[in-house]
Formats: sequence, C-alpha cells, structure tokens
Amino acid sequence: MTNRDAPQVIKDSSMLKQKEMIAGNYAKLEAAPATGQKVVSTFVPGNLNELIMCFDMLNNLPEINALQNGMRKRTGAYIMEAEKRGHSEDVCTYVKADLGMIAKGNLGPDGQKLPDPDLLLLSYTGCFTFMKWFELLRDHYKCETAMLHVPYQGDGKITPNMIAYVVKQLKEEVIPKLEKISGVKFDIDRLREYLARSARAEEDLVWVLETAKSKPSPIDAYFGGVYYIGPIFTAFRGTEDAVEYYRLLRTEITERLARGQGPVTPTGELTEERYRLVVEGPPNWTSFRDFWKMFYEEGAVVVASTYSKVGGLYDLGFRHDPARPLESLAEYCLGCYTNRNLPSRIDLIERYMHEYQADGLVINSIKSCNSFSAGQLLVLREIERRTGKPGAFIESDLVDPRYFSPANIKNRLESYFQMIDQRRAGSRAARAA
Amino acid sequence: MSTTSTTTAEIVARCQALFDDLHFTYAREWKAAVPGRIVVGYMPFYVPRELIHAAGGLPLGVLGGGDQLEVIQGDAYYQSYICRIPRSTIELGLTNRLDFVDVMLFPSICDVIRNLSGMWKIMFPKVKSRYFDVPQNYCDDVGGEFYIHELNELRDLLAEASGRPVSDDALRASIALYNENRALVREVYAFRARQPWQAPSAEVYLLMRAGLIVAVEEHNRMLREYLTAAAAEQRPRRDNSRVVVTGAFCEQPPLNLIKSIELAGCYIVDDDFMLVNRWERSDIPLEGDPITNLAAAYLHNSNHTSAKYEPDPEKKGLYLVEAVKRSRAEGVIFASPSFCDPALLERPMLQRVLAAHDIPFIAFKYAENSGQMQPIREQAGTFADSIKLWSNP
Ligand code: SF4
Ligand code: SF4
Repeated sequence: MTNRDAPQVIKDSSMLKQKEMIAGNYAKLEAAPATGQKVVSTFVPGNLNELIMCFDMLNNLPEINALQNGMRKRTGAYIMEAEKRGHSEDVCTYVKADLGMIAKGNLGPDGQKLPDPDLLLLSYTGCFTFMKWFELLRDHYKCETAMLHVPYQGDGKITPNMIAYVVKQLKEEVIPKLEKISGVKFDIDRLREYLARSARAEEDLVWVLETAKSKPSPIDAYFGGVYYIGPIFTAFRGTEDAVEYYRLLRTEITERLARGQGPVTPTGELTEERYRLVVEGPPNWTSFRDFWKMFYEEGAVVVASTYSKVGGLYDLGFRHDPARPLESLAEYCLGCYTNRNLPSRIDLIERYMHEYQADGLVINSIKSCNSFSAGQLLVLREIERRTGKPGAFIESDLVDPRYFSPANIKNRLESYFQMIDQRRAGSRAARAA
Repeated sequence: MSTTSTTTAEIVARCQALFDDLHFTYAREWKAAVPGRIVVGYMPFYVPRELIHAAGGLPLGVLGGGDQLEVIQGDAYYQSYICRIPRSTIELGLTNRLDFVDVMLFPSICDVIRNLSGMWKIMFPKVKSRYFDVPQNYCDDVGGEFYIHELNELRDLLAEASGRPVSDDALRASIALYNENRALVREVYAFRARQPWQAPSAEVYLLMRAGLIVAVEEHNRMLREYLTAAAAEQRPRRDNSRVVVTGAFCEQPPLNLIKSIELAGCYIVDDDFMLVNRWERSDIPLEGDPITNLAAAYLHNSNHTSAKYEPDPEKKGLYLVEAVKRSRAEGVIFASPSFCDPALLERPMLQRVLAAHDIPFIAFKYAENSGQMQPIREQAGTFADSIKLWSNP
C-alpha cells in the first residue's frame, strides 16, 4: 500500500473553491428561466467563454453535464433511453447521454431542471460529432444556432488563412448572434479584460502541470488533472474566480512540492511513486474512482496527459492575449489538442515522455470517440519505437458503463506494470554487465 | 465518339474488371504512358477533381478494399469499434497496391479519415498527403475566401507534385470536362429513375465507380455508350417498389448488397454512393476566375450530405425528401456502415423529416466486407411488400 491516510484531500481550499464555482454555475443556470439570464450551450474544446461573458450570458456545456452524470452513474440509463428513441448503439455516448437526459426531463447533475438554451454555439473544433450533436439539439430546441467552423491543422500548423477565417466568423456570425439574443452590445475592452484574466489563470495552470516533472511528482496530471482543468475548460475561464482558483491551487502545489509530497488520491497521499506514466485519451467517468485506484494502488502516477489539453493547450506557450483579442481566440480554438494532426499529437506525447521522465505510455482508448481513438494504435507503436519505452492499450468508454470492464483493465495494467519492472531489471543488469 | 454497337454487358464487364482490380492496373498504365503524369488518390466524399486533372493528374478514388481484399495488417491499426474503410485502405497502402500514388487527399468528412491523413504522413512519408478542408460557412466573403485559399494551396501542392504550374486555362478546360461528366452522370441517374428495369443499380454502381478510376475523358465516353446501349436494350420489367438508398456516402456496401436490394423487390432510383460524381448540381461557369468559380459552386450549388452543415433548420433533411420526389421513390432505405458517426448520427434527423412527409423507411448497417445478405434481402423484401400494401390499400 503506497497511500497514507490524508484527510486534507477534502480540505484543500482549491477543491472547495471549485465545488462552489460549479454549484454556483448550475444554480445560475437553473434559475435562468426566473432571472431571464440568457443561456448559451457550447462545447469544451474551442469554447468562447470570455466572449459569452461579454454578453452577460450563461454557459452550459453538454459534455460537462454528460461527464457529471457519468460520475453519478446516471448515464447508463440515459444512453439506453436515447437508443430506445432510435439513436444507434454505434455512436458517441456523450451525445446519447445528453439526448437521454433531455428525454428524461433534462435534470442536471444536481437533480434540478436545466434551462433550454437561447443559443447553440457550435464551436466546431477538433470533432465532427459536435456538428451532428448540435443539429440534433437544434432539432429538439428549435433555437438559434451559431456555427463557428474551426479548420483542422491538417499539416500540423496554424496558417494565417485559418486565423482570418475564424476571426471573420466571430465578427460576422458569432458576435452578431450573441448581440441579437442577449440585447447587449459587444464591447471589445470587456473582452480584453477577461482575456487578461484567462492568461493569468493559464500561467498558473501550466506551472501546476509542469510540477509533475519533479520526482516525486506532487500531482497526478490525469486523475487529478481533470479537476485542475475543470474551471479553465468550462464556464470560468476569464473570471476572477478562475484566477483565484489557480492561485490557490498553485500555492497548495508549491507546498506539496517543497515538502516532497506525492499526489493526493481519494484515499490519501501517494507516498511511493513507483511508475511515472503519460496517458493519452479521456478517462472513463462512470467508474472513475475504480479506474484511478488501479493506478494509485500500484504506485503509478500520471505525470502528463493529453486529455488535460483537450480544452486548450497552454504548455507550448499559447496564452489568451488581450492585445489581439479575436485573433487570440481563434488561435486558442485552432490549438486544442484534438484539432492537431496525428503527427503533432505523437510529437507532443514523445516530448512529454522525455520531459516528464516517464516509464511508459498508457492509452485509454474510448469506444465513443473517433476524434481521439482513430489512429491510437499507431500512436502507441510510434511512441514505443521512438522512446524505447513500453506502452499499454486499454479500452473503455467515457460514460457507457457497458464498456468498462474492471477485471480486464486491471489485469492489463498489472501486467503492464510488471513489464516496466522487467525492463528496469533488464536495463540494470545490462548496466552492471 | 460513341460506338452504338457496344452493349451494356460489355460496358459493365469493363467496369467490373476495373472494380475488381485492387492493383489499379489502369492507373499504373495511365501514369507510365506519359512521363510526368501524376496520380492523386482521394477518399470520400469530395475533392475538386478538376484541379487534379488540370495539373496533368489522374484523380483516383480510394474507397477501401471492398469484400475482395483480405485485411491482415490493417486490422492492427484499428480498434474493433471503428469502421472498415480506414483499415482496408491502410492494407492497400501496406501491400504496395498504392505505391504509384503521388498525392493522397483526405477530405473533411469525419474524424476517422481526418486522423488517417496524419497516419498516412507517418506511414507513407514519400507520398504528399493532405487533409483537404472545406468550409462549413457558406458566405462568399467568409467561407468562400477561406476555401479559395485552400484551393490555391492544393493547386500549389499539385503543381509541385507534377512539376508544372496549373494554369487558369487548363483549369477551365478541366472544369468543362467535368461539367460534361456530371451532366452525363445526372442523365444516367435520371434515366434509371425513369426506367429502373433498364438500368439495374449494380450496373449503374459499377459505371459510377469506374468514374473514380478512369480518366474523365474515357468515363464520359463510357457514360454516353451506356446511355445509348441501355435505352436500346429491352429488359424485363418487374413489379418492384422504388426506393432511395442513403447513408452509404463513404465506406461502400458490397456489390452483393446492392444486388440483394433489387432482388428483394426494390428498384434503387437514387442513392448517395460516390457523391463526388455529382457533387455540383449544375455546370460550374467557365467564364471568370476558375478557382472562384469552384469555390462558389461548393458554397451554393453542391449536394448535401451529413459531412456538410445545414445552416437553415427548416431545410434540414429536405434534400432527401426532394430526392424521393424527384425520383418518384416510394420509400427510403438507410444503409450505413457500422460505426459510421456521420451517417448514424444524421439518420434520426432524416427519419424525422421523412416521417413528417409520410415517407416510409427502413434501416440497416453493413460493412464493406459483409458476406451475409440473407437478413438484408428479407428486410428489403418485407419493405417492398409493405410499400405495395400501403400504396394499394
Ligand atoms: S466524439 Fe469524442 S470529442 Fe466528439 S463529442 Fe464524442 S466524446 Fe466528445
Ligand atoms: S465510414 Fe463513416 S466513420 Fe468511417 S471513415 Fe467513412 S465517414 Fe468516417
């Protein structure tokens, strides 16, 4: 057992702060029909939270609702409901979890009714399914939709043409619709102010994520990382709350680092870091705790993950820039992890493997998600070839409990950890010879 | 020049041979015949073939391996829950069947083909691979401008591959040839919709598939010959129901599936197989700047499919209703590849629109290598019977 009971896990101020923020946003959303505040539904990758805030609108993220419902084990029933209503068993389960939730009364994760959106802001970044998902929602809500087409980085770079295209859409499609629905006139200085706050929070987030380069790592950049990215990927980027959250988090991690502590897990602090891993792909939400346990019980710490870059990739230097507000929003959308081509994704993982001194790569391949999953077997091969480190491939789903097989995954991980041990023993023997 | 003596059987036999040839002998010979020629492979759903032609290239549609190719290595690259076409396409690549292809284009249809574009860059580094993006915003000064840039970048890439610039005049000439091609394709479709017993769908399918393999000049000849021959031959007319097949715009159904639908009592009077053949709905103008014309045609005069955003909610899915009306179909068959997000997510929306217009439909899934046709034949047969019952109460 590598964990020491550490009840401070639930006392961390940053965690409490985040809980409050999320609950506050759901409360505002649920009160929207009464307060008259307008609601935008949008996606996490390429979300334009700062822009939405310029119009005093609330941000509702269907992916986050699905995720939260997944963690509360409600999505299984929602998915079945959607399938009963004619949605194929083959398609993305985030979509079906959302449609099933709507069909069953549209109760949010806290059990209260979510409002109908006034605008569907289709930030079409890094995933084709988004377009169909919002067309399906439009079919249901019959509300206004704004499409923001974010071109894919097919050649692994952002071109001036791509930026110009996104900026033009912001000016001619997105902003006019936000103005029309909210009745608020666009004020670019307000946007600049929010973007400056975003950049401050981003700076702290990157600092926190990069502490995993230390040995031992004071954080888990996947299982813990999904909490750390919560505010910045959702309805809070650009708020003072987010700035404060990341300041608190940074202070907490600074202390952990100074004390040489390992990451906090649900059962306390991980005291012996035995394996340092990079993880590619989203986690499973319906058995999130069980999944995490399979790692921390073995002393495995995730030192870098690609999923924590899905709603914005900041560790290569990008920051929202108040001096170039719309251009910087465009670059943000274009730079999200799944909007990068496969060679760039592989280069990034390779870089993580070296910079974070990882023992190997684990790919959690998600049945639902072609955007992440198509090509992952090549990612695995390439990383093994380039780094000489072993990789593991496991399969599950985001929110469909039918595709989480604990025994299989646990077995696979256990043999993987043994493989890492054998490799280590082998290289020690080779050095000694 | 058309030779009236050619029979449909002869034309179809030639198309079948092209279809069966997974070594792409035609394209290899075409390339070897004249030094400097290039072959440009492309995947569904659409690329501007005019540009390839104007660059002195042969556009070659790569539609996977069908049910003839044994996929051995390709399976190692894909999880079981991903459709078939990328794995058989990788198989084609790894078995050197595409080793003569100079450029590979991956249109923006779905995340699988999108990611395959990056895989191709890694696995086949000597080939110029490009993800070909198309706009989802249809304003000339927004999506149009973006697309003109994309087209110009593709033009540069093709010029680099062929070693010669692509002139405006060459492009206009290519547009003219493809205008002719599309007009003939539309004519074949209209002919089949009028007299489906005279143009069985498996034949039309093979004829259209040949259009993704042979040079456009040759395909134009084939289409003309087929129209003449099909009109001249008298074939037995069956009491079949008339259906539109939709959802098969990427991974292709096995030829046997198409035959099974007809054998089960359904004439296919419209479909969305190989949309690239009839992407633009009418001629692209030849006057003015050809790149601007190509862009405008995409924005304002192209067909609909799941990969294309429909900005007007009122119009969502109406293209299918129009297809039903235009071809005087009595029902719709949703035939979609398993695990195909674009087709399967679109399906409930289209079904809602069809239901609102009282158009009956059935749905099933397939894989390019599906072997068992019996269930499909039964389902299509029951559908054909029920259509007749509804229409003759
Ligand atoms: S396919 Fe993947 S990225 Fe797209 S909506 Fe589904 S889970 Fe999200
Ligand atoms: S069959 Fe569907 S999911 Fe598969 S590559 Fe084609 S469009 Fe994409």
